[in-house]
Amino acid sequence: MTFLTDNILTVVTFLPLVGALLLTFVGGGEDENSKTLARWIALATSLITFGLSLWMWSRFDPANAGFQFVENYDWIGTSIGYRMGVDGVSILFVVLTALLIPACILSSWSSISTRVREYMLVFLILETLCIGVFTALDLAMFYVFFEGSLIPMFLIIGIWGGKRRIQAAYKFFFYTFTGSVLMLLAIMYMYWQAGTLDIRKLLAFQFDPAAQTWLWLAFFASFAVKMPMWPFHRWLPEAHVEAPTAGSVILAAILLKLGGYGFIRFSLAMFPVASEMFAPFVFTLSIAAIIITSLIALVQTDIKKLIAYSSVAHMGFVTMGIFSGNVMGIHGAVFQMISHGIVSGALFLCVGVIYDRLHTREIEAFGGLVERMPRYAFAFMVFTMANVGLPGTSGFVGEFLTMIGTFQVNTWVAFFAAFGVILSAAYALWLYRRVIFGGLTKESLMGMLDLDRREIAVLAPLIVLTILFGFWPAPILDATAASVNLVAENFGKAIGATGPLVAAAH
Amino acid sequence: MIQAIVFFPLIGALIAGLLGRVIGHRTAEFVTTGLLIVAAVLSWVVFVGYWFAPEATEGAGHAEATKVVVLEWIHSGPLALDWVLRVDTLTAVMLVVVTTVSSLVHVYSIGYMADDPHRARFFAYLSLFTFAMLMLVTADNFLQMFFGWEGVGLASYLLIGFWYKKPSANAAAIKAFVVNRVGDFGFALGIFAALMILGSIDFDTAFHNVEGVAGQTMRFLSWDLDAMTVVCLLLFMGAMGKSAQFLLHTWLPDAMEGPTPVSALIHAATMVTAGVFMVARLSPMFEAAPIAMNVVFVVGAITAFFAATVGLVQNDIKRVIAYSTCSQLGYMFVALGAGMFSAGIFHLFTHAFFKALLFLGAGSVIHAMHHEQDMRNMGGLAKKIPITYWMMLIGTLALTGVGIPGLPIGFAGFFSKDAIIETAYAVGGNLGTFGFWTLVIAAMFTSFYSWRLIHLTFHGTPRPATHGHDDHAHDAHGHEHGSAYDNAHESPNVMLVPLYILAAGAILAGFVWHEEFIGHAEHIAHFFAGSLVVDEHLVEAVHSVPFWVRASSTVAMILGFAAAWYMYMVDKTAPARLAAANSGLYKFLLNKWYFDELYNFIFVRPAFWLGRALWKGFDDWLVDQTIVEGLGNRVKDVTARVVRLQSGYLYHYAFVMLIGIAALLTWAITAGGLLG
Repeated sequence: MTFLTDNILTVVTFLPLVGALLLTFVGGGEDENSKTLARWIALATSLITFGLSLWMWSRFDPANAGFQFVENYDWIGTSIGYRMGVDGVSILFVVLTALLIPACILSSWSSISTRVREYMLVFLILETLCIGVFTALDLAMFYVFFEGSLIPMFLIIGIWGGKRRIQAAYKFFFYTFTGSVLMLLAIMYMYWQAGTLDIRKLLAFQFDPAAQTWLWLAFFASFAVKMPMWPFHRWLPEAHVEAPTAGSVILAAILLKLGGYGFIRFSLAMFPVASEMFAPFVFTLSIAAIIITSLIALVQTDIKKLIAYSSVAHMGFVTMGIFSGNVMGIHGAVFQMISHGIVSGALFLCVGVIYDRLHTREIEAFGGLVERMPRYAFAFMVFTMANVGLPGTSGFVGEFLTMIGTFQVNTWVAFFAAFGVILSAAYALWLYRRVIFGGLTKESLMGMLDLDRREIAVLAPLIVLTILFGFWPAPILDATAASVNLVAENFGKAIGATGPLVAAAH
Repeated sequence: MIQAIVFFPLIGALIAGLLGRVIGHRTAEFVTTGLLIVAAVLSWVVFVGYWFAPEATEGAGHAEATKVVVLEWIHSGPLALDWVLRVDTLTAVMLVVVTTVSSLVHVYSIGYMADDPHRARFFAYLSLFTFAMLMLVTADNFLQMFFGWEGVGLASYLLIGFWYKKPSANAAAIKAFVVNRVGDFGFALGIFAALMILGSIDFDTAFHNVEGVAGQTMRFLSWDLDAMTVVCLLLFMGAMGKSAQFLLHTWLPDAMEGPTPVSALIHAATMVTAGVFMVARLSPMFEAAPIAMNVVFVVGAITAFFAATVGLVQNDIKRVIAYSTCSQLGYMFVALGAGMFSAGIFHLFTHAFFKALLFLGAGSVIHAMHHEQDMRNMGGLAKKIPITYWMMLIGTLALTGVGIPGLPIGFAGFFSKDAIIETAYAVGGNLGTFGFWTLVIAAMFTSFYSWRLIHLTFHGTPRPATHGHDDHAHDAHGHEHGSAYDNAHESPNVMLVPLYILAAGAILAGFVWHEEFIGHAEHIAHFFAGSLVVDEHLVEAVHSVPFWVRASSTVAMILGFAAAWYMYMVDKTAPARLAAANSGLYKFLLNKWYFDELYNFIFVRPAFWLGRALWKGFDDWLVDQTIVEGLGNRVKDVTARVVRLQSGYLYHYAFVMLIGIAALLTWAITAGGLLG
């Protein structure tokens, strides 16, 4: 038990990799038995990981704003090391990742029938890399995980994707690659300045304000593409459309959050002066994301594309909240990311359900599904409402907090962001109406079956979480509060503002 | 007890919604209805407690509201919001209205929806709505009110679109939700501003801080404006959306696509009055923002007049009543804007009875006529369905405000509506004069369209179905229209009993409670015990208006009645001649002042056009094809020439990353971190 307690982060991070390793030896056959074996190994591994992540959360001290479960071993001198730890900002992303991977594996249970072992293997590797991003406390490790997570995603789209998968994968690569080169340069510069890549030391280090501008921009290039912020978002709809269902889930639910996490951990915390300076710029892009991509979502004809564009709009609330720099804004941003992880993941799972049955994502092909699929209609309704940000669902809390936080800083920004409230209702309900309501007249839909037991097992927990966190967001808000307060406080100190809101945090 | 009132409907909704198919329709109906009747009885117990509250509490004038904390909600930075059930007089009044009408509508629906294959779902939605509405009226902070606010919006959306096969119902449902969201846009900003100005969005703390910020300005957008005015106007925008006030009213008539019991419950008696409740609840804040109060007054007056004019010419029985609702909500806002909050709440209270009665009566007509809603195809129904006829008559007498001026004898509307008209007069000045005359004219129109409805539907001779079911073909049952009159039948008792109860309310509510709501100032203050602001001077002024002012609304009512009698009973060609003579005006009114067309032209179509332009033009063409693929091609050229690796991009990528890491390590080593 002490081994587990001392090394819980290593275990949670690398356990999926062990499962992947196991898969390289067994489950490779083309017969049905080996495929089933591969599926079960992957599912078991991811479930154990999830269990361990919950155990870790239960032992997490929410009152402690610093990093916990820290493991710290020097590797190359004292400057680069094997360092891990989580604080309030990152721990829930670990849990979220561990929650969604089993859902992905279950949702691909029968829809993926070629190269099953490789598929499962790639997913487990992806899990390790994603969790690693949130647990790494060394910038070099962070970089490896952050960039490394692209490779399995690239493979998932490129191998198991749709018709135009190669182009989509290429575009995915092109965008993210451009950003990451700049980030690498910035990391090198930071090392040169601070003499270490230990994130905890970097957080305490005060970078020269002039240098902050360039460092901020370099990190921004990488994170803005990842979020994705408007106008760097164009790869996302395409990647989503071509990716298999589970790929979309991870992309929307986890990979987009790497950018938001990076903004909080690095941009805001390490380059506060530059963050303050660039805040109006980020606000502008955030509003553009909220309004413009919502309008674009309104006219989409492909369900997945519509949800992808709505993701961009929701990420606009996140960036807006982060750069408001106050407790409510950042708190809301973290909550919004967790909530969006659950909701958008679930929405893509919902699309997968009907895609598996009809092999099309064209909105026109559907209509009147409620007739044949009442359970599905219910699930889809819950997630649609969460997407709209209805109070009582988790989608509301984050949107509300980011907007109220931003209002205290800049009323114009909150004013424009509030248009998202109207537009999200328009596109989400318009989609729901065309897919679920209306008469069931199309010949091809007559034989549609409602959710089966496996699909219910995947979606039901997500429904429960969506509603639970809407009424009782305390588990998330409490776990993150101390760390968020610290981030906001440090930011306030660094930019010399001691406004009432920052002060009220303590 | 308050927990039971609020959560019984939720339990009913969950049982009917999730287990509906297991337990069957009949059980679902009985469970939800039973739970609601219990909640209604408990609400009356609570209300009676406040009605007969001992004099002792009067001294303070601000009796503490009862609060029950249920659960922690959002705690972040300066925010500490919990789920709290708050009960005071104002809440108690709303509890009675909501649970009474809701339980009656539940009972009524057992009969009305008897043939529907999705009854369990219907009752689940009804109960869900009731729960959300109860959360709204028991809210103790802005955000919980917002929860209830959006929750009733969801239930309204689900119920308007209940017959999901009808495209018009789906469109109306979305329209209702989205237009309400436009109002919520203001509401949300108002909440944000309230936190900024008042430092809290708990009602009591916020109200307490109002005094300190009087006269302060805040920077909103790019202007420095009076803080309380900004906050109140933003919040009022939410009220305008929910209560279908002028400019944000377009969703309410369309909402009539929903089943008629829904119209009675949501779009007449309860949800649409949420805006009125909100302003009354926030009366300490509005009181400190005179400009906002004037806006409320003017918007209310315009709505009362506008909706009444449109109501004059509508042919769909439900739409007439819908516009009437819209108009009556305008009256309520006039009272609020004048500062006579208790009169607004009184009209809300009485209106709930008689408007629910009219809607359920209309439902009974529609039921009898096999889903016929066009009044031009009705006539002479009084003989066929006499009980419904009498009930509708009572509703009409109450709505038009029949009573003896100067004496406390009359139907419910006589007390509450006349009080508002008198209040408008008492305000004085240009504003008061404008409000007074607008409302008197609207009262005349009200009387005209109400009697027109009665005459067209119940009097005269039956008219065969000549008018097609243009855009509302709700005939799921496929009856022959020609024989609709012959087949007309009185509704079953399960539908009639709720009508009796509502009729009793429509007759008595004004007479019994007028002293508490619009009587002497100290009685009002005692009854409400600080739950809303009572302006004693205004109350006195209202009580001392000249007699001709009191009589004016009765005169207007009689004029309206006479005109309707002449045009629909004596000279039946008069309406057609009048319409032909003023065809422009007639079309203008028939098409509801062309608001739908206007909004479609300036909001809906541009939104879609912009979306398409941004998508195809900016995203696809500029960003994707021109910039990215252009750059990509350059990169491809370069890599093809220089690297010539027989690999996919993945390997490039991994390779570049490795080089990066290697470079980083080299840097680390040579820069002295390691060896130095």
